[in-house]
Amino acid sequence: MSEEVKAEVQAKIPAQAETPPPVMLPKGNELVLSSSPHIHAAENVPSIMFKVIIALLPAVFAGILLFGAAALLVIAYCIVFSVAAELLWCKLAGKPLSTVRDLSAVVTGLLLALNLSAGVPWWLCLIGAFIAIWLGKQVFGGLGHNPFNPALVARVALLIALPKYMTAWVPAKFMNGNAASYARQFFTPAAWNSVLGAPLDGVTCATPLGLVGTTAKVLGPAPGVFAEVANPTAYLQYFLGNVGGCLGETSALALLIGGLLLVLFKLIKWQIPVFYLGTVAVFTAVINYCFPGVTPPALFHLLTGGLMLGAIFMATDMVTSPMTEPGAIIFGIGCGIVTCVIRIWGNYPEGVSFAILFMNALVPLIDRFATKKPFGYHPWDRKKGAQA
Amino acid sequence: MEIFIAAVIAMAVIGLVLGGVIGITARLFRVEVDPRIELVAELLPGANCGGCGKAGCADFAKSVVTGENPPGKCPVASREQVAAIAQALGIEAGATVKKVAVVLCGGDRNQEKVQTLYNGVSDCVSASLIAGGPKGCAYGCLGMGSCARACPFNAIEVVNGLAVVHPRLCVGCGACVETCPRHLIKLVPRAAKVHIYCSSPEKGAAKMKVCSVPCIACRKCVKAGEEEQFVIDGFKVSVNYDAASLVGTDILGRAKCPTGCLLSETGHLKIEAAQTGEVA
Amino acid sequence: MTPNNSSRPLTFKGGIHPSKDGKALSRAAAVREAPLLAEYQLIVQQNVGAPPELLVKAGDELKKGQLVAKAGGFVSVPLHSPTSGKVKEISRIPGPMGVPVQAVIIVADGNDEWGELMPPLDWKTAEPQAVRDRVRDAGIVGMGGAAFPTHVKLSPPPDKKIDCLILNGAECEPYLTADHRLMVEFPEKVLRGAALLGRALGVKDIFIGVEVNKPDAIEILSSQAAGFGVKIVALQVKYPQGAEKHLISAITGREVPTGGLPMDVGCVVQNVGSTAAAADAVLEGKPLIDRIVTVTGEPVKTPGNWRLKLGTPVAEAIRFAGGVTCEPGKVILGGPMMGFAQKSLEVTVMKNTSGILLMKKDDIIQYQSTACIRCGKCLDACPMNLQPGSLSAAIESEKFDLAAKNNVMDCVECGSCAYICPAHRPLVQHFRRAKAEIRNRSKK
Repeated sequence: MSEEVKAEVQAKIPAQAETPPPVMLPKGNELVLSSSPHIHAAENVPSIMFKVIIALLPAVFAGILLFGAAALLVIAYCIVFSVAAELLWCKLAGKPLSTVRDLSAVVTGLLLALNLSAGVPWWLCLIGAFIAIWLGKQVFGGLGHNPFNPALVARVALLIALPKYMTAWVPAKFMNGNAASYARQFFTPAAWNSVLGAPLDGVTCATPLGLVGTTAKVLGPAPGVFAEVANPTAYLQYFLGNVGGCLGETSALALLIGGLLLVLFKLIKWQIPVFYLGTVAVFTAVINYCFPGVTPPALFHLLTGGLMLGAIFMATDMVTSPMTEPGAIIFGIGCGIVTCVIRIWGNYPEGVSFAILFMNALVPLIDRFATKKPFGYHPWDRKKGAQA
Repeated sequence: MEIFIAAVIAMAVIGLVLGGVIGITARLFRVEVDPRIELVAELLPGANCGGCGKAGCADFAKSVVTGENPPGKCPVASREQVAAIAQALGIEAGATVKKVAVVLCGGDRNQEKVQTLYNGVSDCVSASLIAGGPKGCAYGCLGMGSCARACPFNAIEVVNGLAVVHPRLCVGCGACVETCPRHLIKLVPRAAKVHIYCSSPEKGAAKMKVCSVPCIACRKCVKAGEEEQFVIDGFKVSVNYDAASLVGTDILGRAKCPTGCLLSETGHLKIEAAQTGEVA
Repeated sequence: MTPNNSSRPLTFKGGIHPSKDGKALSRAAAVREAPLLAEYQLIVQQNVGAPPELLVKAGDELKKGQLVAKAGGFVSVPLHSPTSGKVKEISRIPGPMGVPVQAVIIVADGNDEWGELMPPLDWKTAEPQAVRDRVRDAGIVGMGGAAFPTHVKLSPPPDKKIDCLILNGAECEPYLTADHRLMVEFPEKVLRGAALLGRALGVKDIFIGVEVNKPDAIEILSSQAAGFGVKIVALQVKYPQGAEKHLISAITGREVPTGGLPMDVGCVVQNVGSTAAAADAVLEGKPLIDRIVTVTGEPVKTPGNWRLKLGTPVAEAIRFAGGVTCEPGKVILGGPMMGFAQKSLEVTVMKNTSGILLMKKDDIIQYQSTACIRCGKCLDACPMNLQPGSLSAAIESEKFDLAAKNNVMDCVECGSCAYICPAHRPLVQHFRRAKAEIRNRSKK
């Protein structure tokens, strides 16, 4: 230190002693101790769930637009019953109610609703919600511990237990091209059926996949039998969602917008839907080409049934899908293969739910092997450090 | 009918073949087991606490039969059980000094003067890694119950932020001793009923800043008792557990410990005098 | 060797982008000399490795720079007095890890008078061995946070061929600007130090890695670097860019093997602060007795960078910065990602204290962690490619063997996983515990 600075320092000491500067010092009696890191990303579980709900909105609006007030009722029932089921479980099990506030029950209810026909009665929503929240999630220990997608567990349980209600499809309001009567049709008897809890009767229709299944059974494999359901005009209707089916699964357009939102929010691994859809496309295209008449073309398969909903929203559920990118690819391909096998050769016209549940069961296995190479290891010698 | 007969025959053949295979392998790969090991294992309490230093009761039974350990080394077994084992094997029972764990800290929430807010895993080892944990005293019990979780006999309870041992439940296996990041838990002879509940080597004034019940090494207890009954180590006095005559509860009245760190077991547990008979 | 010849800033795989940078608070504040205090509390062990051996006792007169403790072994460094004065006592004060540690309490006489300095060496002719010895005698350690003795890194075993010296000027921790100001204000010291350390190691390739959020530092270093044979490497802004292994990965593309050291891939990494201290030691004979510390955070009245003497209490450092505008909820030694929260303001500045960060009460997340929702964000964030989610689950159920098998010991505790976790899981704390438990077990 130079002479000048030294003199300066010396000059400062007495000055400080005489007039202490008005400095407010921390008392340090309210300090919090915690582990590093001391800052945190803004994202938390409720915000993730909120973003998922945002991404689901296009499909929700499409469902209401296509199936009328009945769809709105089913959605409301499912959400209310799911939250009620969660609340009741937490109360009974003496758990903190934080899991109610994290919106996960709302997401489950919404996904369940999207997987139901618009004409189901209220009590079916109630049963579904309790199966989803209690059997699908809470018995395993709650959010994060469930091996299977809760909404799919409920859907499959209902499908097997109550097929009569689960396969009574309400026709979309635009289906007959009668846009003029749309306003009148918005409130259809289906809506009141739902309130009364009566089974849907009168106006039902078949899904394209159902039609294909029956056609193949009745006529046997022959080239050209699918011309009626698999043509460019029909594809456009499928893309927009103007067909019969579950209230959230028909509109591929709305689901793709939602999927885009999910990818933008970085909530899903894009590999799952891409490889799922890709596998279905390749698989059905090959079968369609090699064995004409066995199954409709690939585009038909991509646009119909619950594939879009399943691939974009159900298979990508964080809790029940693999955590790594290679795992996501394996998972997507597996879902695609199982879906195609069920659709083409299975007893059910639709196989998406079963396929995803089946692959859910394999996730722990996939996660165990599809891991990244830890930093500083040779690719073929990952556990060296642990042995040493 | 034929199908039944075929099935029965098939099952019988499969059964015979597999049974034969099992029989042969059992002969080929037979392991000689000393029957006495099983006998001893049966006589042991079967707590698998590891207090003897072995991996479990079966392992300990083996070491008893081989003569590596005397049966008395099992901290859980009662004197009768030990005698039964010794008799069965025809050996000496070995000296049994019954031990009990004691948490040498008396600073619960009411006694400690400085407590920082802590936001993290409720585990003593984890907490001690963050600036030494929330407790003002760097040598005191963190009260997050790592020892209580480690105890196979549920003998440790965290009361008001301080771990206390219930001597009636403690068998002295020592499973808790290793878990304490502050090394506050000691295995002491069961006969010792009075302890100095402080482990801080700091100066008295420094201790008084953070706690109202530290040992300030005033030596009043040493003067009241006999010299060799206590160990003076820097700014801290502790009970000499190796002494020929352990210090008794009568010292409490005579020593008049000014801070109150010299306590009986029951005093540490904060049990009313009426209940002491039940515990002791 | 040249780093991958791309014009884009280099980086590594994984990591995070902290949303709060906080460097703007103190980035522009030039380094100021701190006024002399009446008393300094010099912690004796300020290095990793063997504790130094104390040479003074209460009542001893000390000159500034005088030896207070000598190295206690090869992996150890001496300690020098930060000012002239008298030893009041050898006492125990709260250390940064909460446990009381031995410290020398020095009462300053106000003269701040240097004692006898070590003879300056000529920077062109200094022998490698002389540089190494000087770095050791000056008590220089890794000033980025590790506090590992620098001379040990300069003396690799003969079977390790070192071909690359990397200086760490990344300063990826949010809020901290000490290294930034050092590079901007004392570029020549850094470059001279770099050349000297390069000579001590006998390497030709000397890089200084600087994140591109410090364009002024990159510019001023680049303009002078040619004369010293040093290359300036621009690095992407990403945390933890300044982690030793990831800095090497970004600049050279080499992966330090697990459990290994940078020297296993022919590299030595030094902090720019240590490098500048080495230049001072060799060229001026001054031991390490002070360092640049960023005193920052929203509650601080005038955040900035100060040259603080070792042994300055945190409370005094905050006083230099004008005190606080509100009561802080957290005092952290180091940065917000890896720094240590303190429970007392009595802790003092050490050789590895790069920053004193105060946080507002409102900014403290009193988190309530929930179950892992398996989102996989921690896997993407982990720069070591570990699986923080499943590791923490194993540790929570006390399966430390499983955690060890899944490479928990490779964790660098950078905090990326815990930063990103939407369930607010205390992942780093779990890993610290597991590492402590596993180390304890292997000792037995």
